Amino acid sequence: MADILDSVSSVNLGEIHQTLYQCIYKRRPFQPRLTPTSPWNFPHPIVAHAVEGPEAVKRGLPAPGDHTSHLPKVSPPQQGTSRSARANQGSDPLIKDPLPCLRPSLRILNTLVNFLNCGEGKSINPFSQDRYPHVKRGDYTSLDADHLNFFRGLLGEGRVLTKPEDCEAYNVDWIKNVRGYSRCVLKPKTTEEVSGILAFCNERRIAVCPQGGNTGLVGGSVPVFDEVVLSTALMNEIISTNDTSGVLVCQAGCILESLDSHLANHGLMMPLDLGAKGSCHIGGNVSTNAGGLRLLRYGNLQGSVLGLEAVKANGEILDCLSTLKKDNTGYHLKHLFIGSEGTLGIVTKVAIQCPPKPKAVNLAFLGERKYIILTFTSNCVDSFETVLKIVRKAKRELSEILSSCEMMDELTMDVVVSHLKLKSPLPQHPFYMIIETHGSNENHDEEKMNTFLQNIMDEKLVLNGTATSEVSKMKNIWDIRERITEALDRDGYVFKYDISLPIQNFYSLVPAMQERLGTSAKRICGYGHLGDGNLHLNIIVGEFTQDILNKIEPFVYQFTSQLKGSISAEHGIGFRKPKYMHYSKSETSIRLMKELKVLMDPRGILNPYKVLPENK
Amino acid sequence: MARVLVGVKRVIDYAVKVRVKPDKTGVVTEGVKHSMNPFDEIAVEEAVRLKEKKVASEIIAVSCGPPQAQEVIRTALAMGVDKGIHVEVTGPEYETLQPVHVSKILAKIAQEENADIVIVGKQAIDDDCNQTAQMTAAVLNWPQATFASKIEKGDKEITVTREVDGGLETIKCKLPAVISADLRLNEPRYATLPNIMKAKKKPIKKVTPKDLGVDTTPRIQIVSVEDPPTRQAGVILPDVDTLIGKLKEGGHI
Ligand SMILES: Cc1cc2nc3c(=O)[nH]c(=O)nc-3n(C[C@H](O)[C@H](O)[C@H](O)COP(=O)(O)OP(=O)(O)OC[C@H]3O[C@@H](n4cnc5c(N)ncnc54)[C@H](O)[C@@H]3O)c2cc1C
Repeated sequence: MADILDSVSSVNLGEIHQTLYQCIYKRRPFQPRLTPTSPWNFPHPIVAHAVEGPEAVKRGLPAPGDHTSHLPKVSPPQQGTSRSARANQGSDPLIKDPLPCLRPSLRILNTLVNFLNCGEGKSINPFSQDRYPHVKRGDYTSLDADHLNFFRGLLGEGRVLTKPEDCEAYNVDWIKNVRGYSRCVLKPKTTEEVSGILAFCNERRIAVCPQGGNTGLVGGSVPVFDEVVLSTALMNEIISTNDTSGVLVCQAGCILESLDSHLANHGLMMPLDLGAKGSCHIGGNVSTNAGGLRLLRYGNLQGSVLGLEAVKANGEILDCLSTLKKDNTGYHLKHLFIGSEGTLGIVTKVAIQCPPKPKAVNLAFLGERKYIILTFTSNCVDSFETVLKIVRKAKRELSEILSSCEMMDELTMDVVVSHLKLKSPLPQHPFYMIIETHGSNENHDEEKMNTFLQNIMDEKLVLNGTATSEVSKMKNIWDIRERITEALDRDGYVFKYDISLPIQNFYSLVPAMQERLGTSAKRICGYGHLGDGNLHLNIIVGEFTQDILNKIEPFVYQFTSQLKGSISAEHGIGFRKPKYMHYSKSETSIRLMKELKVLMDPRGILNPYKVLPENK
Repeated sequence: MARVLVGVKRVIDYAVKVRVKPDKTGVVTEGVKHSMNPFDEIAVEEAVRLKEKKVASEIIAVSCGPPQAQEVIRTALAMGVDKGIHVEVTGPEYETLQPVHVSKILAKIAQEENADIVIVGKQAIDDDCNQTAQMTAAVLNWPQATFASKIEKGDKEITVTREVDGGLETIKCKLPAVISADLRLNEPRYATLPNIMKAKKKPIKKVTPKDLGVDTTPRIQIVSVEDPPTRQAGVILPDVDTLIGKLKEGGHI
C-alpha cells in the first residue's frame, strides 16, 4: 500500500484502481503502511496527512460514513500518531502537503484500506461447522423470503442486511477463531423492535445470535451456523445522566468509550475500562460481565449495574431498570442477564453506577527482577515471589487510591513492540508491571506513590521503572497493555485462555505450557490483571491444527482445576468452552443453569450452541 | 566541554482535548493536564545525550511561566538535566508572553550561565510560533541551526543536519550557537525511577523577568480565539468505480 500512496503523489490513480480491485476481488493480503511505524518517524509526508484528519478517526471512533464503522475497532492504530499529528499541526516545514487537492480522496482511500485490512495477512478462516464438525445445527427454521419481508416491514429496508459481503463482518469474531454463515443481520433501534423480532423468531423457531461490538473473545458473539444476527449497533442512545447519584441510563448499544467521553463532561467515568473500549457495547459488557483493567478498584458489573431492561426469548419486555442503589424486593433478576452471554435474553437498556472521574492519576511502569521458572510438575511454589511482594505492598501502601495492578511478561512485551512498533519505556526485563492510582488530591497521591516506589527500590524488588502523571505518557504506556490482544492477533493463530488462579500460582500455567508444548508453539506468553489473580495465557501457532489443540486442551483446564482456579475469569464461556465448564462448576450448578435456560428460553432460540454444555 | 541551556515550555498535554473558553479570550487551562512541549522534550533528550557523550559538561533547563512550570523543569531534571531556572511569569503577563520576550530571557540567562549551546524545541504545540530559537540567536548575535535532525560536535564547531523542504541540509556553525530540535532528532527517554528520585533533590533557581532586566510589556492583544470548523460528514461508497467517479466529479483527478 505504501506503493499505492507513493504513486498518489504522481497522481497515478489508474494504478490505485487496479491494485484495489486486486485486493478486493483476489483477496490478496497486503500491508498498508498508512500509519507511521513510529510516532516519531513519518515514512512519507503525504502519508502523514492521510491518517491525520477528523478527531473522530484519530481517537478511533467511527467517523460518519466510515466503511469500517461496523467492524471492531480496538485502540486504533492511528492513536500512536497523535503526538506527532498534533505536534505537526501548523507550520511544520517538513510535513508539507504536496497535493492538497488529493487529501479528501486519500481519506476515502484510507478508509477503504482499513476495511480491506481487517483480514490482513491472514487467509480466510474456515467455517465453524467445518472446524468443529461435532457441533450439529439444531432443528431451527431456515430463513425464507417471507421471514425477511417481515423483518423489512418491521425495521425498514436499510436495517436488514442480507448481502453476503454486508453480513461477513458479523459472522467472524474479533480474533478470527470462529465463523458463521448467517445471511441476515437485523439492526433494531428500540426495545419494541427487539421484542417484535424475538416474538416472531420464537414462534417460528428461528435461532438468534445477539451481537454488540463483536469484540468477545470466546466466540459467543457470532453465529455458528445461519442464526439471525441481532446487532445492537443502532441502539446507542444515552437516556439520562444524574450528576448527584452518578447513575447513567442508556441503551445497550452505546460504545463504552463514547459513554466514558460523555460522562467526562459530568465529572464522572465508566466503572470499567478495557482494551476493546473503542468498539465494545455496554450491553456486550454486561452480557459478558466484563472485568477489565480497573476491576480491582471499581468492582465488577454485578455490583455497578443497578438495573436493566431485557427482552425475553418470547418477546416479553422485562423492566428491571431500577436506578436505586438499594433494592431488595425479591430476587435480583438483573443478575440473570449479567454474564449470561445472550442465552437468557437480550439486554436493551442499562442503569449503571458511575464513580467520579479522578482528579489525580499516577502511573508507574516497573521492570521486575529476574525470577526462576519452576514448573508445576516440579512441585515448587516460589518463582513469582518478587512480583507478589510488590502486589502486597501496592495493596497496603497505596490502598484506597490503587486503581490498577497489571502485569505482562517478556514475550508479551516483545509481541507488542515487534508487531505494533510501540516503544517500551524500559529495556528488556522478565516481567513488567503497571501500577496506577486514582484519587482526588494530586499532592497526596503523588506522595503516596513516591513513598511506595522508594520502598520497593530500597528493598531492591524492582530492577528499573518509570513513573509519570503526564496524560500522554500514561496513555502511551496503557497503549502497550491495551493493545496486546491486537498484537497477538497479528502473530499467528491464537489460542486464548482467560484463567483465574490463586495469586500465589498466578503465573505457574505459563512455564507449564512452555514445557508441555516446547517448540510446537511459536509463542507462549502470559499477562493479565494481576491484582485480581486473572491470567491471560496465549499460545500462538502458525496454523491451527487439531493436534496442537489436543495438546493444549483439556490439559490447560485440568491444570487450572487442580489449582482450584476458574477456566473463565472474565471472557465467558461462549462457543469455545461449554464442554469444559465442569472443570470449574459442579454438576448441580450446571443442572440448575440448564433448568434456568429452559425456563427463560423454552424453544432454545437465543444464542444456541453457546455457554451450556450439551446434554449427554 | 560545552555548557548547554535548554528551554522547556509547559503546554496542555497533547493527549488532552483543547477547549476554547466561552468568552473566546483563550483556551481553558484550569484543571487541564499539562506536560512538557514534545519538541522541548526532544531538546532535553539531545542535551542529555551530549552529556552522556561527554560533549556537554552541565545542562541547565529554563522555563518561563506560572509556578506549575516547575513541574516540567522537574521532568527535565529527571531526564538528566543538572539544574533548573524558573522564570516566574503569571496571570495576564503570561497570556501575552511571546517568543520576543522569551528569547530575550533565554539570551540573558545564556550569557549569565556562560552557555555554549542553547537548544530549544522548534515550536511549541500550543502557539505554534516557531520563532524562539531564531530570535534568541538574533538577540545574542550567535549562529543558528534550526530544525535539527542530527547534531555532531567537532572541535570548535558543530555539524547539524537540518530538515528542509527538499530533503536534508548539512551545515557547520561555530560555537556558541542556538539549535532548534525537530521531530526526528531523537526519541526522548522515559525518566527512570532512580533519576526521578534524584531529580527531587536537584536545585531550581527562581527569578523574574525584571531580575533579568527583560521588559515583558505585551506587543499583541488577543482579539478572539475560535474552534476550527468541524469537518463535513463522509459518505459510504459502494465500490471503487463510484469512488473514482466521485473523485473526478470533485475535480480531484
Ligand atoms: C482488545 C480486547 C481487550 C479485551 N479486554 C477485556 C478485558 O480486559 N476484560 C474483559 O472482561 N473482557 C475483555 N475483552 C473481551 C470482552 O468480553 C469484550 O470486549 C466485551 O465485554 C464484549 O462486548 P461486545 O459489545 O463486543 O460484545 P460482543 O462480543 O458482541 O458479545 C459478547 C457476548 O455477549 C452477547 N451479547 C452482546 N450484546 C448483548 C445484548 N445486548 N444482550 C444480550 N447478549 C448480548 C453476545 O451474544 C456474546 O455472547 C477484550 C476484548 C478485546 C478485543
